[in-house]
Amino acid sequence: MNPEDVDLTVPFGPHTLPNPLTTASGCAGYGRELARFVPLDELGSVTTKTITARPRAGAATPRTAETPSGLLNAIGLQGAGIDVFVRTELPWLAERGARVLVSIAGERLEEYAEVAARLNGRPGVIGIEVNLCCPNAAARGPVFAGNPATSYDVVRAVRQVADADLPVYAKLSPDVTSITEIAAACVQAGADGLSMINTTQGLAIDLDTLRPALASGAGGLSGPAVRPIAVRCVHQVHAAMLAGRMPQVPIIGMGGLRSGRDALEFALAGADGVAVGTTLFHDPAAPLRILDELRAELAARGFAKFTDVVGLAHRTTPRPEGSP
Amino acid sequence: MANPVQSDAEVLASTAEGTYRRLVLRAPEAAPRVAPGHFATLAVGGPGSSLLLRRAFHIDRADPAAGTIELVLADHGAGTRELRRARAGDRLALIAPLGTPFPLPEGPVSALLVAEEYGAAALLTLAEEIRRAGGQVGFILGAAGADRLYGVERARALTQDVLVVTADGSAGLPGRVTGPLAQAIAAIDARVVYTAGPAAPAAETARIAQELGVRCWTAVETPMACGTGICMGCVLPVVGADGVSRFTRCCTDGPVFDGARVRWSELGSVPPDLEGAPAAEVAAR
Repeated sequence: MNPEDVDLTVPFGPHTLPNPLTTASGCAGYGRELARFVPLDELGSVTTKTITARPRAGAATPRTAETPSGLLNAIGLQGAGIDVFVRTELPWLAERGARVLVSIAGERLEEYAEVAARLNGRPGVIGIEVNLCCPNAAARGPVFAGNPATSYDVVRAVRQVADADLPVYAKLSPDVTSITEIAAACVQAGADGLSMINTTQGLAIDLDTLRPALASGAGGLSGPAVRPIAVRCVHQVHAAMLAGRMPQVPIIGMGGLRSGRDALEFALAGADGVAVGTTLFHDPAAPLRILDELRAELAARGFAKFTDVVGLAHRTTPRPEGSP
Repeated sequence: MANPVQSDAEVLASTAEGTYRRLVLRAPEAAPRVAPGHFATLAVGGPGSSLLLRRAFHIDRADPAAGTIELVLADHGAGTRELRRARAGDRLALIAPLGTPFPLPEGPVSALLVAEEYGAAALLTLAEEIRRAGGQVGFILGAAGADRLYGVERARALTQDVLVVTADGSAGLPGRVTGPLAQAIAAIDARVVYTAGPAAPAAETARIAQELGVRCWTAVETPMACGTGICMGCVLPVVGADGVSRFTRCCTDGPVFDGARVRWSELGSVPPDLEGAPAAEVAAR
C-alpha cells in the first residue's frame, strides 16, 4: 500500500479532523511560536497551553531540568488568562485555520466553569481539555486529578456550562492508584473523551547547588521516559471500556510520543488520537515527520485507515505466526 | 521574535579557541536573518536521542555572502561535549536565529561592551556595527583564567580600549569584569553598555550602569528547555513598558533586556507584585 493513500482522518465531536495528531498542552504555547516551524492547520488540532480565569505568574525558576530521555518541569501554569486568550490568541489561531482544543484549569470549580463558558461560540474552538492537575484551593493543595470525587466535580462543572457541540476531554494524571476509577468518574460526570497522561511527578537534584534542580522541588516528568506508563494507562482504560466497566469514549494518548511508530503504539493500546509534547522542544517540526511516519507504519502493515488500528492490541486472537 | 530557520546544517569547520570550540555551519537561509544578540540552538543527536533539550549558543558571526554562521561551544556537560565532537562534514540540527537582538545605538555613540568568557561572542559583531555607524567601542573581557577568555584579539583589532580581567590573575587585571566597569565607562565616556553572560555579572553591570545614568542592554544567559518560546521555562521577572512586572521569556522577548527593567535581585523567586502572582494566603502555603 502507498503511504499517501492511508486515511488518517478521525472523527472529533461533530467534526472530522484531517489526522489524529494534536499538541500536548503546555508544549506548544498558544500556537504562535510553533507556527514558525509547522503550519498549524496541518495538525489535526492544536491543544493550547492551559488557560486560567486570570493571569498566573507561575513558578519560580529554575523551572526545567533534563533527565534521561525525559524532562522535569514545574512551570506553574504561567499564562495571561482567558481575557487575553480570547482577545488576541484565539482569533490569531482561528485565522490560520487551526482547530483548537483549549486546555483549561482553575483552583476552584467556579474558575473552571468561568473559563469554559467564555469559549462557547468562539470560532476555531473544537473542544475543551480539562487539566485536572491544578492545585485545589478548597483542599489547600492537592490536585483535582488525584481523586474521583474532585475529578467528577470539575468535569461536571465544565460540562454543565460548555456548549453541547464542544466535546469536553478530561486530562488524567498517572499518579493515582486506579486510573480507571478516575476515568470512569470523569465519564460519569459527562466527559466526552479522556486525555492521558499528564506528567508524572519526579525530582532531580543539582549536584552543584546540592539542592533540587527545580525551584519548586518536584516537577512533572515528560518525554520518552514516561511513554510506557502512558501506553499502560491508555491500554488499561481502553480495556475497562471494552469490558463494560465504564462507557466507551475516545482517548487521546500522549506521553513521550516522538515517532509514527509511537503514535501507532498508542493507537493499538486504544488511543483514538495522539499528542506530541516534549518532542516539540527537541524538534518543533516533528509533527509533520510523525504524520509521514505514521502513514508509512500503517501502510507497511496493510492498514488503509488509522481508525482501523485503534485498540487492536486488545484482540484475543492468537499472535501472528513467527512472533515470540 | 525572530524568524528562525530549522535545518540540518553541515559543519564546515571546527576549531579550538582556548577551551572553546568554534563551529562554522552552512546556513544560507538563516545567515541573512541574524543580528547581533540573536542565538542559535543545536539538537544533541537525532530523533531518538536521550538528550531531549536543544543547547543554545551565541551566534559569534553570520556571513550572508558565504551562507554561514559561527557558534562558540563551551563544555557544559554531556550534551555540549557531544556537539563539540562534531567535525567538518558532520550535520547538526540547527535552529537560527532565535531571540530578540540588541538594539543598535542611534547615531555615533561611545559604547562599552562587557562580557565574561564566551559571552564575548555575542558582542563582537555588535562592536563592528557600532563602529560602522561611526561610534566608538571599548571592551571589558573577563574569565576565570586566561584559557577561558574569548575574542580578545578580535576586540583589540577593533579598538585599543580593551581591558582584560581574570579571576585568577592569569591574564590582565585580577578580579571580575565589573571591577573596572565604572572607571571604564568614564574613561571612554560611554553612553551605553552592552553585556552578555550569566545573570550575576549582568545584574552587577546593569546596576553600576544605572547608577551612572548609562543605558545598559543585557543578553542574559539562562537555562532554556525549548529555546523557541513554547515551554515558558526560561523566564525572568521584567518590568514591562506598561510598568507591570511579568515573567518574561528569555528565548523570545530576550535574551536581550534593558538592564534597568530586569528585577535582578528577585531572580529565582516570584515577586509578590508580579502579574498573576499568587495571593498572599496561597503563597504562604
